[in-house]
Amino acid sequence: MLTLYGQELRSRLLLGTARYPSPAVLEDAVQSSGTEIVTVSLRRETAGGRQGGAFFELVRALGVHVLPNTAGCHSVSEAVLTAKMAREVFGTNWLKLEVIGHHDTLQPDVFGLVEAARILSAEGFEVFPYTTDDLVVAERLLEAGCKVLMPWCAPIGSAMGPQNIPALRAIRANFPDVPLIVDAGIGRPSHATTVMELGFDAVLLNTAVAGAARPALMASAFAQAIDAGRQAFEAGMLEPRDFAVPSTPVIGKAVFA
Amino acid sequence: MRVLVKGAGVAGLCLAHELSARGAAVTLVEREPGFAGAVSWFAGGMLAPWCERESAEEAVLTKGVSAIDWWDDALPGEVSRNGTLVVAPPRDAGELKRFASRTSGYEWLDAAAIARLEPALAGRFREALFFPGEAHLDPRRALSQLRQKLVERGVVFLSLADSAGEHDLVVDCTGAARIGATPGLRGVRGEMLYLRTDEVELSRPVRLIHPRIPLYIVPRGDGLFMCGATMIETDDGGPITARSLMELLNAAYALHPAFGEARLVETGAGVRPAFANNLPRVTRAGQSIAINGLYRHGFLLSPALAAEAAELAVTQDLKGDAA
Repeated sequence: MLTLYGQELRSRLLLGTARYPSPAVLEDAVQSSGTEIVTVSLRRETAGGRQGGAFFELVRALGVHVLPNTAGCHSVSEAVLTAKMAREVFGTNWLKLEVIGHHDTLQPDVFGLVEAARILSAEGFEVFPYTTDDLVVAERLLEAGCKVLMPWCAPIGSAMGPQNIPALRAIRANFPDVPLIVDAGIGRPSHATTVMELGFDAVLLNTAVAGAARPALMASAFAQAIDAGRQAFEAGMLEPRDFAVPSTPVIGKAVFA
Repeated sequence: MRVLVKGAGVAGLCLAHELSARGAAVTLVEREPGFAGAVSWFAGGMLAPWCERESAEEAVLTKGVSAIDWWDDALPGEVSRNGTLVVAPPRDAGELKRFASRTSGYEWLDAAAIARLEPALAGRFREALFFPGEAHLDPRRALSQLRQKLVERGVVFLSLADSAGEHDLVVDCTGAARIGATPGLRGVRGEMLYLRTDEVELSRPVRLIHPRIPLYIVPRGDGLFMCGATMIETDDGGPITARSLMELLNAAYALHPAFGEARLVETGAGVRPAFANNLPRVTRAGQSIAINGLYRHGFLLSPALAAEAAELAVTQDLKGDAA
């Protein structure tokens, strides 16, 4: 069982709600994924500052926990303001905190991220920070009050999968008791399995499902891949060897025949 | 049979055309004169069912294919049947393959073929998809001319303040005005702009694929280009935001740097009505019918939906006579 800010969850898949062909397809994907948490962007869906539109009603009607995010915020003040709007709209202290440092690659501004995390944690938010795989930043985020970390495994939307396995191993090893969710960069189910085998607690996805030809089917594929990776981690895997080891006894057989 | 059609956007006009062709006496109620209240005024006017299939359900293709002939028959000379060109910046070439894997009815073009088709884009893209069966029209000319044709046919146009008189049937085509009243109907905001430049010439709609900021540019002739369109989940119809303007202009500039020197002659925003599956519906309740949920497919799907609703209206009338 996964516990995030006191909330127990069976599913280890968090699903984004952006860029599906239609809300009906989104709903199908959420259902077939078995996810219990969806993220939703406040900023992009509230042009002109109007809130509580039909799309938010649809998201609420999915019947799962909503993790509002600050996607598209490029400064601390923007992120803090958006976070407060999110709390009002969705009535939750949960917040996926994004402070974007680069317009094109959407790489996190880790300095602004730590600052915003400190401000929001002090105001009672339960912050899920979208960060890089940098260990020192991770430490600063924990000091700022975060109790969950969401490192990327590759740039957002890139679908490249884990680019720096040693860094992911290091962050896992350094924070054994902190729930770690890989957020961004996952392109296919095998990527999700890989990071789950490393001992990460959950995976957050959006484009890999929303951009698939059949999003609901892909959501189900990811759910199974994540379960497989988790079970493998819990079961304990063999370490690779440099040479073959026969699984049956060789004594009494003509080995060199 | 006397039918009152509420709403004189693309759906209402297409319906009036279909009804009058079936012998009905049609009265149309316009919210505001000159299409000021109609989101179709801001449409791209692309008749692109194959491209739309990239993200839309199969029904958009099957129901949309006939729209090209419908508009050509209704308004001869207004439809340009010269296809759609789809390009991607070199670093997003993979996106072009993804687009191809979701669609049909295209051919791959190399740089030389792109240059032959659209000389202004020569040397700018290494490969492209060309959808030869697609077409486009100028939505503002089409709306005005269709309205004029209906007036000549004897269709009566009223304002909201006028008394509609007696009628046998009402068809609601008021689109986004029904948000909040029609269950499941939501608004999807779209923002667009018009650029004017003599430095670029295009003869067909060009779509620029980008993972975050997809753009289409439709040439209107005389150096005028329509650029669209954002897709934002809100029913806010206010002026274009700075961010959307910046993103659309950036994408236009990426298509051709000469757009950087173009004049920005108009910006606009509208709220598209949509149901959860982004497909339109004809619904019937008693003596009233409604067409709604045309989403971003007003010009593409109104003909099919109008024919469906007109058939339903005629059938309903026959039943009424028998009773």
